[in-house]
Amino acid sequence: MKTSWWTSRKFWLMWAGYAGAIAMWYASVKWLPIASFNRLPDPWAVAREWFSPHPAFGVSVFTPVYYVHIFYSVYRATAAFLLAVLLGVPLGILMGWSRTFDTYASALVGLLRPIPPLAWIPLAILIFPGIEIAVIYVTFLVAFFATVMNTYVGVKSIDPDYFRAAASLGSKPRDVLRHVIIPGALPNIFTGLQIAMGAAWFSLAAGEMIAAQYGLGFMIFESYNLIQFPTIVIGMATLGIAGFISSALIRVVGNRLMRWRVQSFGMKG
Amino acid sequence: MTVQASHAIDEAMEKSLTVMAPRPDVGSLAIENVGKTYDPEGARVVALHDCSVDIAPGDFLAIVGPSGCGKSTLMNIIAGFDNVTEGRVLLDGQLLATPSSPPKPGPDRVVVFQNGALFPWKTVLENVMYGPLVQHKMTLDVAEERAMDLLTKCGGLDKVAASYPPQLSSGMQRRVEIVRALINEPKILLLDEPFRAMDTVSKNTMHQHLLEMYRVCRKTIIFITHDLEEAIYLADKVIVMTSRPGTIKSTIAVNLPRPRTPEMMLGAEYLALKAQAIASVHEEAKKAFERGEREHA
Ligand SMILES: Nc1ncnc2c1ncn2[C@@H]1O[C@H](COP(=O)(O)OP(=O)(O)O)[C@@H](O)[C@H]1O
Ligand SMILES: [Mg+2]
Repeated sequence: MKTSWWTSRKFWLMWAGYAGAIAMWYASVKWLPIASFNRLPDPWAVAREWFSPHPAFGVSVFTPVYYVHIFYSVYRATAAFLLAVLLGVPLGILMGWSRTFDTYASALVGLLRPIPPLAWIPLAILIFPGIEIAVIYVTFLVAFFATVMNTYVGVKSIDPDYFRAAASLGSKPRDVLRHVIIPGALPNIFTGLQIAMGAAWFSLAAGEMIAAQYGLGFMIFESYNLIQFPTIVIGMATLGIAGFISSALIRVVGNRLMRWRVQSFGMKG
Repeated sequence: MTVQASHAIDEAMEKSLTVMAPRPDVGSLAIENVGKTYDPEGARVVALHDCSVDIAPGDFLAIVGPSGCGKSTLMNIIAGFDNVTEGRVLLDGQLLATPSSPPKPGPDRVVVFQNGALFPWKTVLENVMYGPLVQHKMTLDVAEERAMDLLTKCGGLDKVAASYPPQLSSGMQRRVEIVRALINEPKILLLDEPFRAMDTVSKNTMHQHLLEMYRVCRKTIIFITHDLEEAIYLADKVIVMTSRPGTIKSTIAVNLPRPRTPEMMLGAEYLALKAQAIASVHEEAKKAFERGEREHA
């Protein structure tokens, strides 16, 4: 059966959700009898500011500074995320594969993981040369733990019969890694990457609010200090869009690498 | 062409379709007084005790017994997934397992698993080519040619070569898994309750496929099952095991001619063998039932 995306039920439900949210926003600004809510800009005011060639508070799609903030945030999130994947996936695989290494590393990871990322910020600023690295480090940290844990669970959840089959067919450890462990753990690894990306944006925004010169988190916090409501909302919406796009990119890559799941179960993302 | 000549050709073709491949000269297995105790330091689960079996090259051996009697344990020992705690196993006169040697799996004894273990992330063709490629026994081209050839011979599986295993029926998956084992030219093919979860009709179809594969690429086969009829129908020799601890209770030689056909299951010879085996198993089943033996995978 073939349906166009714009006739599908899912598509319309999605738009109904957006429309509902905007309506609630509008209603709470206009009709809620609470003074602080009435100071908020309504959706149209934000949209006007966002797309204005001459924004009242200096930030819109026509001002270069908007893109400087976006660039810094995207750059930090990407750097932190890539570092987390590069280090987290191999570590997770090693922990899942070698029992000795597991015992050794699990204790350490178990101890460090519960520390909230923001609690790292002061120490990070003091030990790293420059605030830039400190912010990236804190962002990296949450993404890293999410990647390690999910990769580890992914390796552990591989059916032991696959290892036995591989051994029976004459595999060397290298073959087991390449043909059993990596593809077997991939679904969980990608779940981990989704979580890691979300967590990265979350702690990036927080980090930028506390310690940065540029970035969307900084932009939001600066507008807060100057009580520039529309710019706060523009920053929030831009973070939302960036998170959505990065998540979609991971899904596309995942579906490419796990074609067998898409074909066998119609499973996407 | 004369009528007689064409008749002779037909006959020859008929014969080539039904004649058994010759007995191979490798693949004899000697299991000598094997015992296996899980967790010898702690719980001490005695899974096997004093088991001895001799298998000639190219024989089809079936092992029957109630769940939990140690069939998979015995198979894991032969496959090299687990070690023995007593006795020894020899493959073509060479030591394969002793209590002091670490277990060593290898492509000379390939396993087809109880729940199936085709790699779901590889296509049927990639699964079949896997063994020869990781062993560097064939180039990619040769492996592909050989895999397609075997898939074709084993009931037209070449048509699903590009599919992923979860897209196939469980019967087809099992047949592909057997082909994935056969391409390695194993000395022994180990099948652990491969048709366990299937309905009668698919099971009968699978029997014909397996017998056909056995006829074409004859190997020593160890076939584990808890279905007695299946065991007698397929095998040259049926071993009945008892549980707690797992020992060999009786050995039944099946001298039904090959190739086997479903009609044989109605013949007097088959029925007599079945009666003999049932008498032997029944006693065991009753004991197991009384102990409240639960279904054990
Ligand atoms: N790894 C293990 N550790 C401890 N006991 C085991 C283990 N594997 C199997 N057993 C026990 O050994 C006995 C034989 O098991 P198994 O060989 O799987 O039986 P079968 O395949 O005939 O159903 C059972 O009682 C089972 O509980
Ligand atoms: Mg079993």
